[in-house]
Amino acid sequence: MSDFKLRRIDEYRWEVPREGAMRVPGIIYSSGRLMKAMGQDESPKQVANVAQLPGIVKCSLAMPDMHWGYGFPIGGVAAFDMNGGIVSPGGVGYDINCGCRLMMTNLGQEEIRPHLAKVVNTLFQHVPSGVGSKGALKLPRNEEKRVLVEGARWAVKNGYGSQGDLESMEDGGCLPGADPEAVSERALERGKDQVGTLGSGNHFLEVEVVEKIFDRDVAAVLGIEEGQVAVMIHSGSRGLGHQVCDDYLAKLVKHVDKLGLNLPDRQLACAYIQSPEGQQYLSAMACAANYAWTNRQMLMHWTGEALERALGMSPRALGMRLVYDVCHNIAKIEEHVVDGKKMLLCVHRKGATRAFPPGHPALPDKYRKTGQPVLIPGDMGTGSYVLVGTQKAMEETFGSTCHGAGRVMSRAAAMKASRGRSISREMEDRGVLVMAAAKGTLAEEMPEAYKDIDEVVNVVHGAGLSRKVAKLRAIACIKG
Amino acid sequence: MIIVKPYHTFDHTADLGLVIIGPSEASLFANAALAVFDIITDLARVETRETRRVSVEGDGREDLLVNFLREVLYLYNGERWLLKELRVLRISEKGLEAEARGEPFDVQKHEICKEIKAVTYHQAQVRQTPAGWTARVIFDV
Repeated sequence: MSDFKLRRIDEYRWEVPREGAMRVPGIIYSSGRLMKAMGQDESPKQVANVAQLPGIVKCSLAMPDMHWGYGFPIGGVAAFDMNGGIVSPGGVGYDINCGCRLMMTNLGQEEIRPHLAKVVNTLFQHVPSGVGSKGALKLPRNEEKRVLVEGARWAVKNGYGSQGDLESMEDGGCLPGADPEAVSERALERGKDQVGTLGSGNHFLEVEVVEKIFDRDVAAVLGIEEGQVAVMIHSGSRGLGHQVCDDYLAKLVKHVDKLGLNLPDRQLACAYIQSPEGQQYLSAMACAANYAWTNRQMLMHWTGEALERALGMSPRALGMRLVYDVCHNIAKIEEHVVDGKKMLLCVHRKGATRAFPPGHPALPDKYRKTGQPVLIPGDMGTGSYVLVGTQKAMEETFGSTCHGAGRVMSRAAAMKASRGRSISREMEDRGVLVMAAAKGTLAEEMPEAYKDIDEVVNVVHGAGLSRKVAKLRAIACIKG
Repeated sequence: MIIVKPYHTFDHTADLGLVIIGPSEASLFANAALAVFDIITDLARVETRETRRVSVEGDGREDLLVNFLREVLYLYNGERWLLKELRVLRISEKGLEAEARGEPFDVQKHEICKEIKAVTYHQAQVRQTPAGWTARVIFDV
């Protein structure tokens, strides 16, 4: 139970007042109802802990899907001054560039419904998923290192997708500054056969139908039409990303001791951005981020193949196209205006999504007018939201918004609550066909374990951090 | 004989918390390694066909435990090898040497029940109590 006294600022914001070693206050975006659940765990304290880190600018932020993490809260956003600020592997998370991508198809839901069982079976066989899943590819070291440097460009060059896909990804699917020399042999070993695999836990591949359009003009630009079939993929950098995080945490825990920095939690271990240690982590993080984009690009390619095979369609008839790809575990070097001054910052988003406004130079031409597409997956089998970034997000949250529903029940509690029930049958009753590699996953990931996605999205929409464009409903789900 | 597991899990919203006990510091560390593999797989199906050396350094007991579990986890996550037994040969606050026995993962023979992706420093604790030793650690799953 958190002993923090939170001060309500307005309908959607709570302040964690600055006290003790905090350098800035904390701000939590939430609703009254969601706040009740958040107050139960230690996440507000984690917001306060992040506020103690050197070089933090303006405030330590948390999105309405916030829950207890380790070090940083999940749903946390924090920006650090390039001069005198830090970068923290724990502030990015283990699954570096864990993220989502959404693809639309030419299919109407009535075309896929009769073949849904076949579609799910084919996807399950064709797209590697589950614990320790290995891909259809085994990369020799030199090729793996190319993946780390080139990101999704490597996949496109090798026949997985088209050049046009690249502009529909954050940073064109490749973070600059990636240096494979900063990545350990262990990380490379774990990454050699996992590119193009979904993984386990909360990762998924979902077939969805566009249920509701909130903004017709923006939806039209994004190519989203009511009743159309879409696919959402949620995955990250797999074992390679975890190993990179682990390696640098171990290194920086020692580094922090040497610097004499007094941190409230060792998991917050960090290095000054401009130090050799900080730069080295950023190089390794970029490698893992690029691996993740390659991973999702290949997952998309195999998804297309599986759908074509199951439905007996040509790629042209299926017409699968990438709407956008976002990362929600990452640190990015970005320019923001703080107190009227332009500043270069290292923005950490741990379980938070970038939400840049219309006109931002980082956006591809086709989305310059709409703002950046933001993809928010709900809990298993619920569906997803598509939103767009806003100027208000730029002003208040360093261009950031929420990343998902956010857990409300621990995995153990979910297992207990699911005892004697068939979660897959319950999902089927709700019109969602589910297939999972491990049986425990379904129970741990059952819908009650998560916050209400509608409420989370209504908070970021109401607070003006992003605008609702469309809601998608799941009809089939592959879990790792 | 009733076998009481020398560990239990505790609730952490997103992840997996473990409390481990042992009569001595060496057995605490050995039990921690076993707990990890008891969660990952069905240990009854793992045989002790091979021996591996685990050697880690640490800066205090918590750091040593996290580093040790990091190495133990890598046996599966990096080398696809399953641990069945672990004997601590030498332990101090600064370092630990142990011998692990087990065998390579074989998809025909073994089951992977749960993936443990990493060990965290968050609220990691090692304490000596009147009854022996106890540790607490949170894993990313």
